[in-house]
Amino acid sequence: MNATGRTWRRPPILIKDRRWRIGIYAGLLAYLVAAAASIEIDWLRVYQGLERGWRFIEGFLRPDFTSRWNDISHGLIESLTMTVTSTVVGVIISVPIGIGAARNLAPLPVYAVCRSIIALSRALQEIIIAILFVAMFGFGPFAGFLTLSFATIGFLAKLLAEDIEDIDSSQVEAVRATGASWWQLVNYAVQPQVMPRLIGLSLYRFDINFRESAVIGIVGAGGIGATLNTAIDRYEFDSAGAILLIIIVIVMVAEYGSSTVRKWVQ
Amino acid sequence: MPIATHNGTPVWRQRTSRQSLAIWAGWLALVALFVFCWQVMTKDTIWAFVQDAPRQAADIGSRMVPPRWSYIEKLLVPLWDTLNIATLGTLLGIVFAIPVAFLAARNTTPSVWLVRPIALFIIVASRSINSLIWALLLVSIIGPGLLAGVIAIGLRSIGFVAKLMYEAIEEIDGKQVEAVQATGASASQVIDYAIVPQILPTFFGVAVFRWDINIRESTILGLVGAGGIGLQLQASLNVLAWPQVTMIFIVILATVVVSEWVSAKVRHAII
Repeated sequence: MNATGRTWRRPPILIKDRRWRIGIYAGLLAYLVAAAASIEIDWLRVYQGLERGWRFIEGFLRPDFTSRWNDISHGLIESLTMTVTSTVVGVIISVPIGIGAARNLAPLPVYAVCRSIIALSRALQEIIIAILFVAMFGFGPFAGFLTLSFATIGFLAKLLAEDIEDIDSSQVEAVRATGASWWQLVNYAVQPQVMPRLIGLSLYRFDINFRESAVIGIVGAGGIGATLNTAIDRYEFDSAGAILLIIIVIVMVAEYGSSTVRKWVQ
Repeated sequence: MPIATHNGTPVWRQRTSRQSLAIWAGWLALVALFVFCWQVMTKDTIWAFVQDAPRQAADIGSRMVPPRWSYIEKLLVPLWDTLNIATLGTLLGIVFAIPVAFLAARNTTPSVWLVRPIALFIIVASRSINSLIWALLLVSIIGPGLLAGVIAIGLRSIGFVAKLMYEAIEEIDGKQVEAVQATGASASQVIDYAIVPQILPTFFGVAVFRWDINIRESTILGLVGAGGIGLQLQASLNVLAWPQVTMIFIVILATVVVSEWVSAKVRHAII
C-alpha cells in the first residue's frame, strides 16, 4: 500500500461531515464535563460507606431469611395478591378501552376519549400515581392495587389497540359479509386474531406488575417494597439481601413461565 | 368441525364440548384465584378510608390548583441535576453493559457453561431490581446525593442494555465474521471489524431508548434521597404543599414528554 502512498482509513462511525463531527463531539464533551462537575462527591462519606457496602455484599451472599421471615412473608403475600388482582382488573378494563382506541373498530369520538385515557395513564409514573392514591385511599395494598391497575390500563390498552389496528382486514370483511353485527364481528373476526397476543401481553404485564409492586411500597402502597424499605433503613442488609434474592427468583420464574405459556399459546 | 345437534338439525359450533369444558374450567380457576387473592389482599383494608376517598380526592384536587408557578425558579437546578443523573447513569450502565453483553452472547462468550450463566445472572439481577430500590440501597451505603442516583441508574441500565445488545450480537450475519477471520484477523479484530459494525445501529437505538427511560426514572429518585427533582417533591409532600407538588408534576411531565420526543427523533435518524 505504501507503493501508492495511500492507506485505507476506516470511515467515521456516525457523522460523515468532519466539521459537524468535531463540533458535536466537542459539545457532548463540554456537556459531560459540566455534568460531571455538578456532582459533589463527599469522599469521606463514601469511604465510611464502603464498610456498609461490604456488609451489603456479605448480606447478599449470606442472606438471612429466617429472623424477619414473618415480615417478609407478609410483604410477599401482599405483593403477589396485589399483582394478581391488579393484573386481572387492569386487563378487564383495558380490553374495552383497547377496542375503543382502535381506529378500525371505533368511531372518532370514542377513539379520542380512549386514546386520551391511555395517554394519561402512560404519562404518569407508577410512583407518582401511588403517592396520589395513598393520599386518597390511605396506606396499604389497596392503594397499590389501584396504582398497578391504572398503570396496566395504559400499557395493555395501547398495545392491544395497535394490535387490533394491524389485523388482517380480509377476515373482518368476510365476517361482515355474512351480515354479522358489530359484537359478532369483534367476537368472530377480531378476537381470534388478537387473543394469543393479548394473553402474552397480560403475562408480560404480570411480570412488570410484580416488579413494580416491589417499588411502590416505598411510598406506602403496601407489598414487599415496604418490608425492604424497613430492612434497609435499619441497616439489616442480610434481610434486605434475602428480599432482593426472593424478588429476583420470582421475576425469573415469572419470566420463564410466561415465555413458556406464550410459546404454547402462539 | 365440531357439530352439535339441535332439534334434529346439525348446528355449527366453534369448539368441541371437551375444548369448551377445558376453557370453562380455566376461566373458573382464574376467577377463583382472583377472588382468593382479593380476599387476602383486602383483609386489612379499612373500607371507611376507601369510601372517604372521593371526598379526599376532591379535597386534594382543590388544594392542588392553581399550581404555584413561581416555584419553577427553585426547580431549575434540580432539573439540571436530574438530567445529569440520567445521562451519566446511562453512560455508566453502557460501559459495564458492553462487556457483559459480549460475555452473554452465545457466539462471542469465552465459555458457554461457565461465563455465560454468570453474565445472564448479572442481567437478570440488574433487570429485576428497580432503580428506586438500587437508590435506596446506595443512599444508605454511600450517603444521599447525586452520586447514589447516578450509580443506581447505571446499575439498572446494565441489564436492559446488555440484554438487548446480546440478543443483537446473537443475530448477526455469520458470513461477515467468517470473511474477516479469513483475512487472518485476531479475535479482537474480528469483534472490531465484523461484529461491531453490525450491532452499532441497535446499540445507539438502545442507548437513546434507555436514556429516555432513565430520565423518567431519575425524576423520582429523589424520593429516597438520591438527588434531582424528586428531592423537591419529597420536601413538598412532607409539608403538604400541594400547589408546589402540582408544579413539580407539571415539570416532570414536560421533561418526560420532551425526552420522549427527542429520543424518538434521534432513533428515527439513526435507524
